[in-house]
Amino acid sequence: MTTSFFQNFPLRTGRTHEICLPNAQSFAFALGGYLGGAVLWICEDWIAGHINPIGFSSYMDPQNLLRVKTKDQTDGLAVAEEALRSGVVNLVVIELHQPLSFTAGRRLQLAAQAGESTGLCIIPEGQGNNAAETRWRCAPVFDQQDSTLQRWEITKNKSGTLAAWDVRWDAQTCRIIVVSKATQ
Amino acid sequence: MRRRVVSLWFPRLPSERVGRTQPIDAPFALIQHQGNSDRIYCLNAQAEQMGLQRGMGFSDARAFCPSLRSCPADPEADRYFLRILARWAGRYCPWVGLDGADGLVLNIAGSAHLFGGEAAMLGDMRLRMARAGITVRIGLGDTRGAAWGLAHFDRTMAEEGATPEQITSLPVAALRLEEKTVVALQRLGVQQIADLIALPRATVTRRFGKEVLHRLDQAVGELPEDISPLRPPAHYGVRMTLPEPIGLSADVMAGTERLLEQLCSKLKKDEKGARVLQLTLRRVDQASQQVELRLARPLRDAARILPLFERGVGQVDAGYGIDQLRLEAIGVEPLPVQQMNHVGNQNKDRLDDLITRIGTRIGLENVQRFLPADSHIPEHSFIIAPAAYSTPEGPWLAQRPRPLHLFPPEAIAGIGKRPPERFRWRRMSFATGKATGPERIAPEWWLADENWSSGLRDYWKVDTKQGRRLWLFYTPQKPGWFVQGEFA
Repeated sequence: MTTSFFQNFPLRTGRTHEICLPNAQSFAFALGGYLGGAVLWICEDWIAGHINPIGFSSYMDPQNLLRVKTKDQTDGLAVAEEALRSGVVNLVVIELHQPLSFTAGRRLQLAAQAGESTGLCIIPEGQGNNAAETRWRCAPVFDQQDSTLQRWEITKNKSGTLAAWDVRWDAQTCRIIVVSKATQ
Repeated sequence: MRRRVVSLWFPRLPSERVGRTQPIDAPFALIQHQGNSDRIYCLNAQAEQMGLQRGMGFSDARAFCPSLRSCPADPEADRYFLRILARWAGRYCPWVGLDGADGLVLNIAGSAHLFGGEAAMLGDMRLRMARAGITVRIGLGDTRGAAWGLAHFDRTMAEEGATPEQITSLPVAALRLEEKTVVALQRLGVQQIADLIALPRATVTRRFGKEVLHRLDQAVGELPEDISPLRPPAHYGVRMTLPEPIGLSADVMAGTERLLEQLCSKLKKDEKGARVLQLTLRRVDQASQQVELRLARPLRDAARILPLFERGVGQVDAGYGIDQLRLEAIGVEPLPVQQMNHVGNQNKDRLDDLITRIGTRIGLENVQRFLPADSHIPEHSFIIAPAAYSTPEGPWLAQRPRPLHLFPPEAIAGIGKRPPERFRWRRMSFATGKATGPERIAPEWWLADENWSSGLRDYWKVDTKQGRRLWLFYTPQKPGWFVQGEFA
């Protein structure tokens, strides 16, 4: 059975999903652009680098993005839960640096369900949580002609099969174009 | 009842205000930028002894007095300080008004006997002002004009009832006239007020207009003049005392709801909105606990504010019980009434409430948004502002491709003007597949930025064969390669 890309993307609302580095940010911005509405981006304040609004303005409107800086991951999770439960923001992105306990993952899941909004955890590789609805891995691919080519694959899926796609980003139309279905 | 007016004049208010915070034992002047040059705004007694005067150019003053110390003037702070003095003067009588930028006027009729007579009261004022380190000159008269003239032209006190006679020996400048009029009067040989009174009124009016005689009549008491006291600052606080202590958070919330309704109706009447609210809960053992709520937007809607208190009230330790609740709006901002419309802005209100709830946990300034800024320096091309104190702005235009993620420059090994063929970054090795560039960005020389002290930068977008697309730059003036960002 072939799985269509657009059955899985944009991600199912009312759930939290996970995305691994290195290209997690472009995935998150693309999702924010697809979903529309307000996006809350939660990160910890000791991280030196930060997202660049000029850079992601071709993915989504920076006016819709609110950034929250927290002192540690516990605060970040509390903010994420609050925001997901309120249902005011369509997408809550949280950058995680430590593995999440199953309880914490499940709480985020329930909050997303209550607020009918989407949660996305950016996780380091290999620190996934069992409560997540889907887990994606997103890596850039070198291509001489096209400098937006990426390989997106689902490595965990609670309600579907695993698959991988080569996609590129069309900045003119703000849409994802699936190049071809890559073989597993 | 006869009026007795005291006029207080603080001839060196601005410099003494600064002197109170940092004691200065040297010639000192406050400088203000007026009409393309720095001029002396106010100076202390030592500087005056050195021959300096107000309005003098600052560079001239420094040439006269090389040891002159200076500080920029702050008229706003001076005005604020004068209001503080007006509040202090309320200890002598309730009827205190401001008189220009450096004076106060008090109507002490009926309150002088509380201080042992007028002379004792003025002595008390002098003593307290001397202790506070503020020069003051005081005039007392039957009218506001007389008191002003006596204060400014150095008569200590007009005897009760003797005002018209005392006043006549003052120079005409004591009548609060324009400089031009005073000079014209002096040219005509009118030096003292007595000379002016001696002139026929009709001719004076024809020559100088109504102003001169109007001021004269005010000074001698023929025409009345008001003192308008300062309006007391609006107070937004309500409280409730309970006959029996309470301890359940539901009860406290119910009490808070009642207080909020009172407070909000008060705010609505004045077209104000609360920005910071403080709920003080006093326990039966006299200890008190405070719950502070900082709102993302000025609000006066009790139904919306109440749920935001839940988290703070939940953390309070009620001890043996709470018997007094006090709610005060500490930060208040104007919030005009708005036309209701069918479109509504439900979602925006809910987003503001979310920001407030997040803010009570992690601090309101940690919820931020990006605002565009006019700079070609990549890290300065946007501003990060607290979301509660800014509005979204646009449009956002990417003139050239910019990375999604920016970080402080990280040095890599490399030589030459073109990106290195192979390099290591963050313990990973990369091979350059495709390099786009260079895009030269020059530092903004008009702003001192230490990060840009290495001079020009040539930016390259490098697509590595491993996949990752990095933003590298080369500094030709101080050769070196750095990674500053990553593309999608």
